[in-house]
Amino acid sequence: MAILLSSASRVLVQGITGREGKFHSLKMIEYGTQVVGGVTPGKGGEWVHGKPVFDTVKACVDATAANTSMILVPAPFAADAIYEAIDAGIELIVCLTEGIPISDMMGVAEYLKRSNSRLIGPNCPGLLTAGQAKVGFMPNYISIPGNVGVVSKSGTLTYETVAAMSAAGFGQTTCVGIGGDPVIGTSFVDVLALFEDDPQTEKVVLMGEIGGRAEIDAAEFIKSHMTKPVVAFIAGRSAPEGTRMGHAGAIVEGGQGTAQEKIDALRAAGARIADNPEHIPQLLG
Amino acid sequence: MNLHEYQTKRRFGQYGIPVANGIVARTADEAYAAAVQIGGVVVVKAQVLVGGRGKAGGVKVAKSPEEAREAASRILGMDIKGHTVHQVLIDPGANIAKEIYLGITNDRAAAKPVMMASSEGGVEIEQVAKDNPDAIRREWISPSLGLRDYQARNIAEGINLPREHWGALTKIAKALYRCYIDSDAVLAEINPLVITGENTLFALDGKMVLDDNALYRQQELASQRDTSGDPLVEVQAREAGLTYVKLNGQIGCMVNGAGLAMTTMDMIKLYGGGDIGPANFLDIGGGAQADRVAAALRIILSDTDVKAVLFNIFGGITRGDEVAKGILQALEEVPTTIPMVIRLAGTNSEEGRAIIDGASIPNIRSASTLTEGAQKAIAAARGE
Repeated sequence: MAILLSSASRVLVQGITGREGKFHSLKMIEYGTQVVGGVTPGKGGEWVHGKPVFDTVKACVDATAANTSMILVPAPFAADAIYEAIDAGIELIVCLTEGIPISDMMGVAEYLKRSNSRLIGPNCPGLLTAGQAKVGFMPNYISIPGNVGVVSKSGTLTYETVAAMSAAGFGQTTCVGIGGDPVIGTSFVDVLALFEDDPQTEKVVLMGEIGGRAEIDAAEFIKSHMTKPVVAFIAGRSAPEGTRMGHAGAIVEGGQGTAQEKIDALRAAGARIADNPEHIPQLLG
Repeated sequence: MNLHEYQTKRRFGQYGIPVANGIVARTADEAYAAAVQIGGVVVVKAQVLVGGRGKAGGVKVAKSPEEAREAASRILGMDIKGHTVHQVLIDPGANIAKEIYLGITNDRAAAKPVMMASSEGGVEIEQVAKDNPDAIRREWISPSLGLRDYQARNIAEGINLPREHWGALTKIAKALYRCYIDSDAVLAEINPLVITGENTLFALDGKMVLDDNALYRQQELASQRDTSGDPLVEVQAREAGLTYVKLNGQIGCMVNGAGLAMTTMDMIKLYGGGDIGPANFLDIGGGAQADRVAAALRIILSDTDVKAVLFNIFGGITRGDEVAKGILQALEEVPTTIPMVIRLAGTNSEEGRAIIDGASIPNIRSASTLTEGAQKAIAAARGE
């Protein structure tokens, strides 16, 4: 079962004719994902990796019955691409694009609430259901099927942790990168709720970072709703206040959003805290 | 990106918010001329992109052009929290009866803009939030509807503003919202918004912070960026497409991805025993071609506190062999004897390690895990 994505998902790629779009859709196909088509305005009628390219998302959905979309278009066009996917009735929209203006995302967030679509990201590595399908950047070989659900704000930190888990024999159900931007479509709490309800997932690994209060909300949810054990790591204990650490959301402001306050909240909620991501497998045992 | 007070107020004025027509001066003589032109009492205000200038002595009232010259000569060149004052704003003196706060920012949890007002103006809103949270009135704004009149009235009523000012406040609040949206601001605030002795509302001070991700469509505002207060290396890094933040430790870090970069810093601090720490945050981003690695290495080594460098690259999009070639090329361009620890993992990492080993450079050690990389870098920084 796992969550959100499976070998039955029918995936289209918005921006499939771009360099990155081409490269990553090939990796997704190699992993076993059902990539059914792509969309690039003005390039309808072309083919990429034997998949048809359409001018609009609606035309692609009509022809291929796609229900999942990966968006890999430049930031100035990303909000429009998300609206187009929502209006075409896509159930799961995964936006990998980095650098989308926050006001664009606030508009998207409001529109999304009135729709039946779910958005993952933006500025995220995407997601992968081990042994079944992946949408996004995650390297194909680092994951093995198992019973641990992984949710993270960061890309390469997720690879680091998932690789360490796989090497130690702890396989995964689904690994979800929710993204490091201030406004994102799917929160830690949303993913934790899905893992809690997923019969295949027995344990959960959560990787957060400084800034905002998403990890505090996650701690409250873990305390009140989770029966499955959670292992957590929070990046940025050594970060100074008032400085943005790469991710637009990763900034400690007015003493709020520090790593320590998040670690304390998660520990108080019963999560096991790793001070080194390479120690996460030990805490899962 | 931060705007100066004079830039912000000029922008506010374009939206119909009542502001003073102040004059910017770069020398004491220019300040004198500005005071003559304005006439009467003026205020000389340091223009720096950092808070707390009033406490630092960066704001002075001058009753005559001579006093304005005197004040400007003292303020220009002053150091305020590491920022040198290069210009002052000469504003006409204001007759203040009461100060309030009005601002808009993004509430990331609600994914909406939030307008905040407080009857305690002239104080930082963060301080009011801490000391007297009930004094703050908030209105969340629907991005598709914009700020409605009733919300402005809610704010006016919520901060006990006399009814005679509700109309004026509504106008200012709506103009501020429009300005915030059109400018792609993440913060736009009037602090203080004053009720004058003549019983009108007036924006005495203004602050705007713009969304860096939106600068591509805000070219007029982006061209006003003042980098004179930024450390030179951070400006260089920005130009090379890198995110670099200087810290106080001894180990230079070059990492791909923001989360992993923070984690690498954390590991150095964790195993550094209190005396060794990270010298910087640096995310080289995806891809990591040779020229970018070289630019990053040059920036890291320009910090004279650096005693060792740790490369931690987990290949996803980034390929280990490309990074290895980049490192070797960078070392040709930027020769150094500082010890380096290289940890490559993920896509093509074995090929990458073979390239590094093949070059047999004496000051390079390799590591296979993050923990080992951090520990070896710490040992190297200690000269072990």
